[in-house]
Amino acid sequence: MSGICTAGAWRESVFSSGQPVGEHVMHRHERPVRAQHPLCRLAPRVPSTPTGCGMTVRRLRTVLAAVGVIPGIALSLALLSATTLAQTAGPVVLRDDLQREISLPRPPQRVISMLPSLTETVCELGACTRLVATDRYSDWPERVKKLPKTGGLDDAQIELIVSLRPDLVLLSRSQRITDRLQELGIVSFALNTQSYADIQRNIQIISELLGKPERASGLSQFIERAIRDIGAQAIARRHGAGPSVYFEVDQAPYAAGPNSFIGELLTRLGTRNIVTPELGPYPRLNPEYVVRHNPDVIFISSTEADRIATRPGWDQIRAVKERRLCSFSAKVGATLIRPGPRVAEGMSAMADCLARVAP
Amino acid sequence: MTALPVPAIGAGALDADGGESARFLGWVAVCLAITLVITCGSLVVGTSSIRTSLHWLLSPDAQSSVILWQIRFPRTVGAWFAGALLGMAGAVAQGVFRNPLAEPYLLGTASGAALGVTISLMAADASMSGLAWAGQIGVTGAACVGACVAIALTITLSRGMLQTAGLLLAGIVVAFLLSAVTSLLLLTQPETWRAMQAFLLGSTGFLSWSSVILLGVVFLLCIVPATLLSRGLDALTLGEDTAQSLGLSLPALRLALLGVLSLATAAVVGQVGIVGFVGLVAPHLVRQTLTVNHRQLLIAAPLCGGALLQAADLVSRWIVRPTELPVGAVTACVGGSYLIVLLWRRSRDG
Repeated sequence: MSGICTAGAWRESVFSSGQPVGEHVMHRHERPVRAQHPLCRLAPRVPSTPTGCGMTVRRLRTVLAAVGVIPGIALSLALLSATTLAQTAGPVVLRDDLQREISLPRPPQRVISMLPSLTETVCELGACTRLVATDRYSDWPERVKKLPKTGGLDDAQIELIVSLRPDLVLLSRSQRITDRLQELGIVSFALNTQSYADIQRNIQIISELLGKPERASGLSQFIERAIRDIGAQAIARRHGAGPSVYFEVDQAPYAAGPNSFIGELLTRLGTRNIVTPELGPYPRLNPEYVVRHNPDVIFISSTEADRIATRPGWDQIRAVKERRLCSFSAKVGATLIRPGPRVAEGMSAMADCLARVAP
Repeated sequence: MTALPVPAIGAGALDADGGESARFLGWVAVCLAITLVITCGSLVVGTSSIRTSLHWLLSPDAQSSVILWQIRFPRTVGAWFAGALLGMAGAVAQGVFRNPLAEPYLLGTASGAALGVTISLMAADASMSGLAWAGQIGVTGAACVGACVAIALTITLSRGMLQTAGLLLAGIVVAFLLSAVTSLLLLTQPETWRAMQAFLLGSTGFLSWSSVILLGVVFLLCIVPATLLSRGLDALTLGEDTAQSLGLSLPALRLALLGVLSLATAAVVGQVGIVGFVGLVAPHLVRQTLTVNHRQLLIAAPLCGGALLQAADLVSRWIVRPTELPVGAVTACVGGSYLIVLLWRRSRDG
C-alpha cells in the first residue's frame, strides 16, 4: 500500500508529499524561450528583462508605473470593466463537470478554490482579490499563501467554508463535498483538471463564471503560444528522431504515460515515451520494462536519481550509464503536476533539461 | 427463542442486589452527563470562531446559526449515534463469538466498505459506463453496499452459522480477498487512493441531519432486537452446548444477532467511514467498571461508545485547530493506549 500512497502524489490535490524535491536544477534565467505575455505587446519599447516577459508582468507593471503609463492603463481598465459589467449583468448559467446546471445571478465576489490549478487560473484571470480561501495545497501566487486554508478536497473543512460566506466554491469532481455544500446552500462548481485541454477549457469557464470573459482569450493564447513555441524550438534544435524518455512519477515504479498531462507535454517536446498509450495514464511498470526499452533520458525525483544505478539492472540503461537524468525542484515540479496556467513553465523546464542532456 | 428461563450468569446473579443496580444506574447517569457536556462543548468548538454570547443566543445572525444548527449540531449528534452503534455492535460481536477481542469489523465489513468506496470513486472519476450505478449511489451508499456484500460473502463461505471458528475464519479470508481486489483496482487508477484513504480514516465532518436521521433509525432498529435477545447472549456465555441444551435455537439466534451486527456496522461505515477501536473498547470499558449481564451491557456499551466517539470528534477538531485530525486516528490512539493499559494491568494482577 505504501507504494500507492506515494504514488498518489502526482494528483495535484495531494501535492504535499512525495513530490520531486531537491536542488533547483532549472533556473528561470536559463529558459531559452521568451514567451510573450499579452502585456508585453502593450509596451514594446520597455527593455526586455533577461527573465523574459512571461514571468515578469508584475515587474513590467512597476516599469510602466515608472514611465507614467499607469494612469492611462487605469483609465482604460475602468472603461473596460464598465463595458464588461454592462455585458454580463444577466445571470450566468453553466453546466459543470458533475452535469449540474449552475446559475450565478451576478459575478461572485467571494470565491473559494479547492484546487491549486483553479486557484492559479483565478489569479491569472486577474481575480485573485476575490479569493477568500483556498485548499491547503495552493501556494501560488505568493498572496494566496496568506489566505485561510480549508483543507483538501477529501477532508474539506465544511464549517470554515460556510463561515467565510463564499458565493462560489471551485472544486474538482468530489461528490462528498459537493453534496454537503449543496445541502448547506453554497454554490459550487466542479471542473475536471486532468489534461492540457482541461486547462484551456477551465480558463474559459472560470472567466465566464467570474464575469471576466474578456480575459480568457488573452491568457489562453498566451499559454498556447508559449507551449507551441517551446515545443517547436525543442524539435527544431534536435537533429533526427526525438529521444526516448521515461518519466517516473513514483518509485513503485509508476510512469507518466502518453495520455497523462505530463505525457502530453513530453509528446509536444518531440520525445518518444517508452510507455505505450494502452497502458493507461499512470501505469505501474515492471522495472524490467524500463530496462528493456532502454530510454535515452529519464525524468526522476532528485532523491531517486542518486540511487537509480543501484536498482538491479538499471545501470545498463543508456540514460543511467550516460547520466542523462532530469530532476526538478518542488517549485517546478508543482507546475508539472498541476494542469494550470503555469504549464509553460514546467514544459520549459523539461525542454531545458532535454536540451542539456538528450543525446 | 429465548423463552426458556436462562440461569443468570455473572452479575446477572446480582441483579437483585440493590448496590449493583444502583452502580449501574449511576454509571448510565455519568455517561449521559458526559454526553451532555460534550454536546454543549462541541457546539462552541470549531474551526471558525463564532460569538457565543448570551446576546447572540437571543438574536443569532443567519450564518452562525447555519454553522451551529446545520454543521456542528448534526455532527455531534451523528457522532453519538455512530459511536453508540459501534459500542452496541461490539458488545453483540463479543457475545456472539464469545471472544473478548471480537469487534464490529470482524466479518470483513471494513474491507467490503473500502472496496465499495474505491469502486464508487473510480466510477465517479473515470467514465466507466458499467460502473455508473456505483457513482450514482455515492460514496456513503457504496460503502454500505460493500459492507453488506462482505458480510453475505462471509456467511456464505462459512456455510451458515454453525461454527464460530468457521465464521471468524471466513471473515478473515473475505477481508483479505476484498483488500486484494481493492489494491488491484487502485493499481489501475492510483489517484483515487487518497480519496479512499480519507474516507477509511473516518470523518465526522460530513454528517448532516439526513445522516443523523438514518443513523438514529438504524440505532432503534438494532437496539430493540439486541436487548430482546440479550438473554440468549447470556446463555451463550455458558458455552454453545449448554445454550443449546437450554432449548435455544442457536442458528436463529446467531442469524438475528449477526443481522443486527451487520446493519449497525454497515450504517456506521457508510456515514463516518471506518472508526476503529470504539466497538472494541466500549464494551470492555463497561465490563471493567461494572459487572453486568448482557441486557445491561447492551444499554451501557452504546452510551459509552457514543460518549467516546463524541469526545474523539471534539478532540479531532480541537487539538490542531483550525485544521482537523481524522477521527478514526484519534479513536485508534486513545483505544490503543487503553488496550495497552488493560493488558498491563492484567499481567500485573496475574
